[in-house]
Amino acid sequence: MTGYIIRRLLQFIPVVIVATLIVYAMVFLMPGDPIRALSGDRPMSEQVQDRLREQYNLNDPFLIQYGKYMWGVFTQGDFGTTFQGRPVLDIIQQGLPVTLTLAAVAFCFQAIIGAIAGILAAVYKDSFIDRFVQVSLVVAVALPTLAIAFLLQLTFGLNLGWFPIAGTRDGMVSYILPGIVLAAVSTGIVARMLRSELIEALQSDYVRTATAKGMKRSRVVTRHGLRNSLIPVVTFLGADLATMMGGAIVVESVFNMPGLGGQVFRSIQAQENTIVVGIVTLMVLFYVVVNLLVDLLYAVLDPRIRYE
Amino acid sequence: MTELNKAHTVVPAGDPAPSPAPKASAQKDASLWMDTWRSLLRNPWFVVSATLLVMLIAVALFPQLFTDHNPRDCPLSRSRQEPSAEHWFGTDIQGCDYYTRVIYGAGNSMAVGVIVTLSILVLGSLLGLLAAYFGGWVDAVLMRLTDLIFAIPYMLGALVFLAARQERSVWDVAFILIVFTWPTMARLMRGSVLAVINNDYVTAARALGAGPLTIMRRHIIPNSLGPVVGYAAVYTGVIIGAEATLTFLGVGLQLPAISWGLQLNDAQSYLQQMPHLLTFPLIFVALTVFAFTTMGEALRDALDPKSKKR
Repeated sequence: MTGYIIRRLLQFIPVVIVATLIVYAMVFLMPGDPIRALSGDRPMSEQVQDRLREQYNLNDPFLIQYGKYMWGVFTQGDFGTTFQGRPVLDIIQQGLPVTLTLAAVAFCFQAIIGAIAGILAAVYKDSFIDRFVQVSLVVAVALPTLAIAFLLQLTFGLNLGWFPIAGTRDGMVSYILPGIVLAAVSTGIVARMLRSELIEALQSDYVRTATAKGMKRSRVVTRHGLRNSLIPVVTFLGADLATMMGGAIVVESVFNMPGLGGQVFRSIQAQENTIVVGIVTLMVLFYVVVNLLVDLLYAVLDPRIRYE
Repeated sequence: MTELNKAHTVVPAGDPAPSPAPKASAQKDASLWMDTWRSLLRNPWFVVSATLLVMLIAVALFPQLFTDHNPRDCPLSRSRQEPSAEHWFGTDIQGCDYYTRVIYGAGNSMAVGVIVTLSILVLGSLLGLLAAYFGGWVDAVLMRLTDLIFAIPYMLGALVFLAARQERSVWDVAFILIVFTWPTMARLMRGSVLAVINNDYVTAARALGAGPLTIMRRHIIPNSLGPVVGYAAVYTGVIIGAEATLTFLGVGLQLPAISWGLQLNDAQSYLQQMPHLLTFPLIFVALTVFAFTTMGEALRDALDPKSKKR
């Protein structure tokens, strides 16, 4: 097991390096001169410009710039400074709680609602509940995120006025709509997966044995049926958490939330390259680490799987 | 998804040859494609989504058949009217007939969806096929490459790339979406090929002296493409949603192009006063994505007998 973890970690190194390198290249090869943009219309003396270029390593060749930046990130946790002089780490620390809360709300939503819907549909297979769950799942999975976002904003935000439609001023309440939007598609997938897994498990011999021994139905479902059906669902939930950062970009922009996703979007438009690179590096690391944890979790949950 | 059609159990797990072989015409009724077709027709989701899709494609190809107005005829005198008999969806801030604008918006969305899907279908399947067939370092290199692209959220990659471009056409948006979505297809195809590559008929063909090209063309591709095609249809929906989102965020298509994303972007500023400006393009985006996704999943279930509906 330890050997497997070490090998996986070693495999990550090239992925992290090249992925960040690609983004770094895309951001820094963008047209426009950030230093010139800094002063706007007013003239800036050559010396000041040179000093600033030196400070931001803009005179170095591209690969050296990249190397210096990554060295700073991994040795000192230094994500660089914006062209306005503010440490990027500061901005990350400000946005991270918002994004993490959003991800947590979405995660709870898809785990709880998805599980309840899947279990109900499986236990009452072919009943009205099952049909209802199925139809709503098809719709939830097939609608684009943007459509779900606006639909909820229009109905629950604007017409009914139950939830705020922008910002995070109202505390947890303002995370509910964005959380649902971020979770919608995955909720459908979780429910579908759990339904088909559970139906299969409920037809298996060990469930019939448990029922024959006189065990209550609810206990049979939870103790015997669910236990095995949950394994693929849990791994899916984990893997999905890793991709949530990408979804957060859209959701936070639509709902105007001050999280990392909305921040990275605004920074791209404002050409604040260091912020973009800093946040992207963080997202890539998050993705890679979560995926490793999911693989390990899989081995813990399913004793048949052994990593050599 | 297709638990709604109970009868869908008939697709044989055997040999899904893509084009009806000459021999098969004698017993055409039992061929895989006839079976697939019949099981699709019994699936209400397929019937609904396919009908919807045919209509939407007609709208995208011949928008002028569906409206009497010109989308560029925008007298400011009739700016921001409510929906009426004359202007079904009302008029937008410029005074354009909104129904006509929405109808004409279908073209660009479909174009991006089709260009991207066809490209990643060809590129992804080809690379997936090569990775699975040759294995070894080809496989290792290609799969590490997909790992890499997966690690960058595609929304982010597209944002960075597109924000850097001054002028963005359908082709620019399509290009960046292709770059970030082909790995999904490649992995699917790889898995699909690995599932058939050790079958006896492949070994037999090899023993008879068939070269790699013949084996791939005659035996592997026909038997592994089914699930990939189903996913491709689902993906068209995803891509159309992504295009609308990128354009909405201001890094996709640009004026004077007519596009649902641009309409949504405009309408968001008048969310409080004129919610119908948001509603109509939204309904069309949602219907299009829904039609592709649902049809793709029906296709996948029908073509891939082994697919466990998730």
